[in-house]
Amino acid sequence: MAKKPFERPFIKKLQAGMPSKFGMKTQAEPITHIDEVAVPDLLAEHGSPLYVISERCIREKYKKAKHAFTTRYPKVQFAWSYKTNYLDAVCRVFHQEGSWAEVVSGFEYDKALQNGVKGSQIIFNGPDKNDEDLKKAIENDSLIHIDHFDEMYSIIAIAENSGKRPKVAIRVNMDTGIYPMWDRFGFNYENGDAWDAINRIMISEKLELVGLHTHIGTYMLASNAYKVAAGKLADLAYGIERKYGVNIKYLDLGGGFASNNTLKGAYYPGSDTVPSVDEYAEAISSAIINSELNPRNLPTLILESGRALIDDAGYLLGTVIANKRLSNGNRATIVDVGINLLFTSFWYEHEIYPAAPVSEHMEETTIYGPLCMNIDVLREAIAFPLLKKGDQFVVKRIGAYNMTQWMQFITLRPNVTLIDTSGKVHVIRKEENMELIRQQELIPEHLK
Amino acid sequence: MQIKKNIAISETGFVFNPTTGDSYSINQVGQEILGYLGENKSPDEITSLMTRDYEIDPQSFEKYFYDFISMLKQFELLELENEN
Repeated sequence: MAKKPFERPFIKKLQAGMPSKFGMKTQAEPITHIDEVAVPDLLAEHGSPLYVISERCIREKYKKAKHAFTTRYPKVQFAWSYKTNYLDAVCRVFHQEGSWAEVVSGFEYDKALQNGVKGSQIIFNGPDKNDEDLKKAIENDSLIHIDHFDEMYSIIAIAENSGKRPKVAIRVNMDTGIYPMWDRFGFNYENGDAWDAINRIMISEKLELVGLHTHIGTYMLASNAYKVAAGKLADLAYGIERKYGVNIKYLDLGGGFASNNTLKGAYYPGSDTVPSVDEYAEAISSAIINSELNPRNLPTLILESGRALIDDAGYLLGTVIANKRLSNGNRATIVDVGINLLFTSFWYEHEIYPAAPVSEHMEETTIYGPLCMNIDVLREAIAFPLLKKGDQFVVKRIGAYNMTQWMQFITLRPNVTLIDTSGKVHVIRKEENMELIRQQELIPEHLK
Repeated sequence: MQIKKNIAISETGFVFNPTTGDSYSINQVGQEILGYLGENKSPDEITSLMTRDYEIDPQSFEKYFYDFISMLKQFELLELENEN
């Protein structure tokens, strides 16, 4: 007779309490496949842990977002936020779909050029652009978003020497009714700084003011904040048209749309509280269309959404290293994915699923990473199935920021793979090795 | 190591301790182990029976078995060992 599959013996005390009408599912549904590719096959082929990105998911998310905006507003342009995930293969999927590039450093700017993006389709944001970066951006006709007056005068000085008239926008911060108000980027709307910047640009005539930009925050759960922001940008654009007779070519509402991840401390899961892309699109489009701007000559609407377009496409696969009991009898599971690979575990209660079917039994568990650091905790308390050493699991929705803010720390960073739309798996970033790390180091003569 | 005599175990995976009034849920493997403990089987006997029926080697089983026993102790479901 064939032996039965073994599950760890488990006993749990039943706690009487108020029943909740928001009751969560008590059984963990496994994620056995990603885009029809079996999780165990991916791990056997490429090692554990492993990042997996679904190209199909990226394209679907992008098309859905584009549809939401283009059905409400006549001129829409997306610009891929490089800092969210600047692996070349990922950027190229977005560029193939029609996205421009939104970069915030000279490094990201060069990456965008190397990915084949035309200079005139690169939006250069961020507070740190040195003179070399600015010269390059001016030479390539890129759209430079001015963050502060020091930068404005640097651009004016470079323009005087180059004979070119740089295309610029100003970054505007504002009160949109949310807390905390982001006022570190650009010039304030309410106190008149934004108008001050606009006047200096218009009077100098060295720069061509083509756009207005704002980045009101990140993981925004209130679509109405975008309505306020779009209304204020439209108001500025209308003011410029009246005062200087210049049509602003685009309004850039930045990014900050939330993904369905659940923030730490949130009462309800993100899937229940996050506005849909249609809600964001409706808020922004209606505010501009209903503004004083001439509907026959509306500016292009630029969106720099990152997280909402890539988070769902990313998965982090891993393996259980060990189980143990903590001093209070609670279970702890140690896995081979640490916070150095899952930076977003500082913000999110990430969803973690078994990679194979499990019984209905779950145990409250703390999930630790493999780093010898007390802070290496992926989940403080999660109802988790009875996985044992060697069992595999999948962390869902990790496509944003983890592949840019990750750290080579204690261990090496693993392979990153992309499953293309036909189901073929490609390594898009090779796992690190000792040679790669050491080649950057130099040993002084007296220590050799 | 013996389970307390008044502990009730249902076939559907519930355990009831009438002394404290506490109820517990238990999985299939745990239920079988509790059954063997009720029959006064030794850890070695339980290991050989379980490794006969399940896809598990004796070393791995021992690890999970003693973890399970520690939880039974924590929940005060085992008879206290005879100190003599």
